Amino acid sequence: MNGPSTPSLPAAYGDFRQRDLANHLGMWAFIATEVLFFGGLFLAYVVYRITYPAAFAAGSHTLDFWRGTINTAVLLTSSLTMALGDAYIKRGNRTALRNCVIATASLGVLFLAIKASEYHEMYAKHLVPGLPFDPQAPSPLQLFVFLYFAMTGLHAVHMLIGLGLMAWLLRQNRRGRLTAAHHAPVEMFGLYWHFVDCVWVFLYPLLYLIPQR
Amino acid sequence: MNPATPAERQDAAPSYLGGETTVASWLGTLDHKRIALLYLFTITAFFVVGAVAAALMRWQLAVPTADLVTSDTYNRLFTLHGVVMVWFFLIPSIPAVLGNFILPLAIGARDVAFPRLNLASWYIFVAGGLVTLYAIVVGGVDTGWTFYTPYSSTYSNGHVMVMAAGIFVAGFSSIATGLNFIVTVHKLRAPGLTWFRLPLFVWAIYATSIIMVLATPVLAITLLLMGLERVLGVGIFDPRIGGDPLLFQHLFWFYSHPAVYIMILPGMGVVSEIITCFSRKRIFGYPVMAVSILSIAGLGFLVWGHHMFVSSQSVYAGVVFSFLSFMVSVPSAIKVFNWIATMYRGSITLSTPLLYVLGFLALFTIGGLTGVFLATLAVDVHLHDTYFVIAHFHYIMVGGGVMAYLGGVHYWWPKISGRMFPEGIAAFAAVTIFVGFNLTFFPQYLLGYLGMPRRYMTYPAEFHTLNVISTLGALVLAVGYVLPLVYLTWSFFRGAPAGPNPWGATGLEWQTSSPPPEENFRETPVVTGPPYDYPPL
Amino acid sequence: MSRFLAFSGAISGWLPTASSMAPRVDRVLRDLLAAGSAVVVVLTVLTLVILVRYRRGSAASRAPSRIATWKIEASWITGTAIVFLYLFFEGAGVYVDMERIPPGLPEITVVGRQWMWDVRYADGRREFNTLHVRLNTPVRVVLSSEDVIHSFFVPAFRVKQDVVPGKIVSTWFNPTRTGTYTLFCAQYCGTAHAQMLGSVVVLSPGDYATWARGGLLSAGGTAEARGHAVYRRFGCAECHEDPQGRRAPPLGGLYGSLVTLADGEQLRADDQYLHDAILLSPRYRVSGYALTMPSYDGIIGPSDALDLIAYLKASATAPLAVQP
Repeated sequence: MNGPSTPSLPAAYGDFRQRDLANHLGMWAFIATEVLFFGGLFLAYVVYRITYPAAFAAGSHTLDFWRGTINTAVLLTSSLTMALGDAYIKRGNRTALRNCVIATASLGVLFLAIKASEYHEMYAKHLVPGLPFDPQAPSPLQLFVFLYFAMTGLHAVHMLIGLGLMAWLLRQNRRGRLTAAHHAPVEMFGLYWHFVDCVWVFLYPLLYLIPQR
Repeated sequence: MNPATPAERQDAAPSYLGGETTVASWLGTLDHKRIALLYLFTITAFFVVGAVAAALMRWQLAVPTADLVTSDTYNRLFTLHGVVMVWFFLIPSIPAVLGNFILPLAIGARDVAFPRLNLASWYIFVAGGLVTLYAIVVGGVDTGWTFYTPYSSTYSNGHVMVMAAGIFVAGFSSIATGLNFIVTVHKLRAPGLTWFRLPLFVWAIYATSIIMVLATPVLAITLLLMGLERVLGVGIFDPRIGGDPLLFQHLFWFYSHPAVYIMILPGMGVVSEIITCFSRKRIFGYPVMAVSILSIAGLGFLVWGHHMFVSSQSVYAGVVFSFLSFMVSVPSAIKVFNWIATMYRGSITLSTPLLYVLGFLALFTIGGLTGVFLATLAVDVHLHDTYFVIAHFHYIMVGGGVMAYLGGVHYWWPKISGRMFPEGIAAFAAVTIFVGFNLTFFPQYLLGYLGMPRRYMTYPAEFHTLNVISTLGALVLAVGYVLPLVYLTWSFFRGAPAGPNPWGATGLEWQTSSPPPEENFRETPVVTGPPYDYPPL
Repeated sequence: MSRFLAFSGAISGWLPTASSMAPRVDRVLRDLLAAGSAVVVVLTVLTLVILVRYRRGSAASRAPSRIATWKIEASWITGTAIVFLYLFFEGAGVYVDMERIPPGLPEITVVGRQWMWDVRYADGRREFNTLHVRLNTPVRVVLSSEDVIHSFFVPAFRVKQDVVPGKIVSTWFNPTRTGTYTLFCAQYCGTAHAQMLGSVVVLSPGDYATWARGGLLSAGGTAEARGHAVYRRFGCAECHEDPQGRRAPPLGGLYGSLVTLADGEQLRADDQYLHDAILLSPRYRVSGYALTMPSYDGIIGPSDALDLIAYLKASATAPLAVQP
């Protein structure tokens, strides 16, 4: 327990288990803040969807259903690979962890690329906030588009942060700092990534599915 | 937790103030006690900024049609005053200074759960503060601290984005601190310290932290959306495309009402500590006091619509929010009764901390009662957005919050600095603050009833006399605030040395030296009994 | 007690009670003051007595009270709750009456804009920053904003209503005392927020009649006449008086009727509906019509829109005349 790769215990803790429990609680508390953060956006969306059902249905039709669905599959798979990575490092398998994180990151990049192509399509259709809208489109459609970009944009920012954290995880792994005994960063990041996935699981039906009914 | 046990002599270990004393060691510290002092220094600076703005405002208002400043400047002044005082003074005050210093000590821990996050939270706070100060310096913002749309998103020509960014950043400091404290209280309590043996100060900080963690993100998203609307020109609050300005108000107040409980709950915790110590008696009704703290925190999330009774929200919503607002007042009232009952049959010493607490009791009670006035629908229609509201929230936040903060600073000053403050001048300052405060703000209740609206730099002549009294009161109040700045600073370096427990209080923080060593306790204390376990009188 | 009543009477004597609701609001306020003052006095006296009697070193008995803690707690929790419930119901009751606008009242339209009040009477008269009303005659004030949120506040009447852009909101009052009362803007609205003052002049019936005869008439006559001009200027008849009746719904009799939208939803065509249909098109796709009405936001100004709405309201009972 004395190698340079063994993390030390902060002064306040009696043992590593206590520190791990603290990390878990801290991570869940952080996720609670993220729920409230996205929650405000979701609230705005729900309020306007109820007020302008026709315009929001029209807005939903401007989105590419297939790209959204493929992205959902991509992101769910990335959560799977991340969960696998966590399981592997719990058994001390650093190579498998590395592969899983790379897989997760790749799927994340794929998600963002598909999203970028969606944004480009919206841009081509003149449905981008800040640029002149199609004058034939009902005014509240602008609300839908604005919320679409705000919600998916904020989600994408969280994914970018996730990619950065994964790069850091890979670096930690390469330096041997992640082991069966000390894998808290993987677990914590896993929680974060699953949360980001969860947000998408709510975004997808709200934006792509429900208004099309 | 027998207070008669002497704390161990700390002849070997240096205090947290000794050891490394370079600037770098302070700016890179992971010690919660040093971080608390970093916060103390920072928020005091912000208090001065906010107070100067208030002074200019009161000076302008001394004459009905003065032109000390232009309208635009005045509007920027009251915005600055609100933003700085709320986000950069009141919200961090007790949690980030007294919470950071005392909380780990009070639960027998060596530090908070995430020391690096703690230091990061201070840097984030400073960053947010610098951005906000920058916004002020380059011309300021004139939307009011409430940033209502569409004025803020479309019409204002101030530096709204910059200031909103500063507040956005500072919000993360709040979240980080709250998160840290929640985990600390859950995971780092000393052996034997069960939940219902916690001092009420710890309960208060804990409940406040929950509010900070859950409410602040909503402010973040609200400011973000307002900013996006301003920058992109397409907004969700813009009525021209079917957006609703009231959505902004709902989102804003969903955070900002719980925020006011962030600003008062820690003060309530401080009051319980001081009142028990200086009555030498257990708190009256401990379980009810703890449950009240949690109820206030919980119910506080359900009442935001009482800021919007005349906003054109539905009558039904108004009735529901009014009812819930009455409900949230009940636990606060209970606490006041219990505090007085604590003093009953106690053995009371009128030291400065208790003077601040007595001031708190008087001013918080009046402020709380006027809150009930405002919760009353028919009356609020008349009083909303008048000086009555200003008087109400200053009675709570300043008469309550700041008095409790100063009381706590004085109470724990020996622990923090290892020295005593001069009692005579301290008591004089406390009384001066109390008198000055009432002179400043009581007339504002009357002004509000008579119809003087908020955010007015000029006013009809019939409001003149009351405004003059208010301005003179502000002068007295200013004197009262300057005094502690001076004598506390002086006493930090030259005050009489304090022992581990100069007040003879219970509480784990008094079981170690003053000031404490870096690791807080030589040996982790073990708790075997309830808090405030003063011997029978 | 009598001194207290005199004091509270003196306070409310400073502010006129010049509307039918004002005394009721003041009564609630007096009850709040009574309850609040009682609490403050009792707690202050109690605290002072305790501070003196139980100061350190005094000879008073410190034996613990023999009354069970829970009984004391229960009694003051219950007491507080009861008082609060009473005050809540009292306040809510008066509030509901303040918000429930009696039907059929004469209307005054007030448009708030930075930084003035644009007052328009039903008979076409228009003035700025002043309202003239008749004693003991309830009026409905129809409020809208052209820019940011303002608030229509007349302290003497105990009336306040936020004026929100994009919304048409109403309030009402019944002036019960002659005189001139200040109108304030009570929602911060920018640079000259503090200068956005006005007056409400309550005239006796005789004086009011005099004023009504010789009052200001704005160019274009009544609001309806001006609205008709707007209707013609923007060619509304092109679609709305289409002989085959297929381009757009007819407007005669529209106001107050039930409209069925394309998705099946049914709406009452009130002021807000007309406002949104003109300025927020195509918010409402009416059932049975293929074409979409373009938005006239930025094309028809807010004042003209109000006049147009007045014209459409007047056409509620009589069909629109087809213009050559």
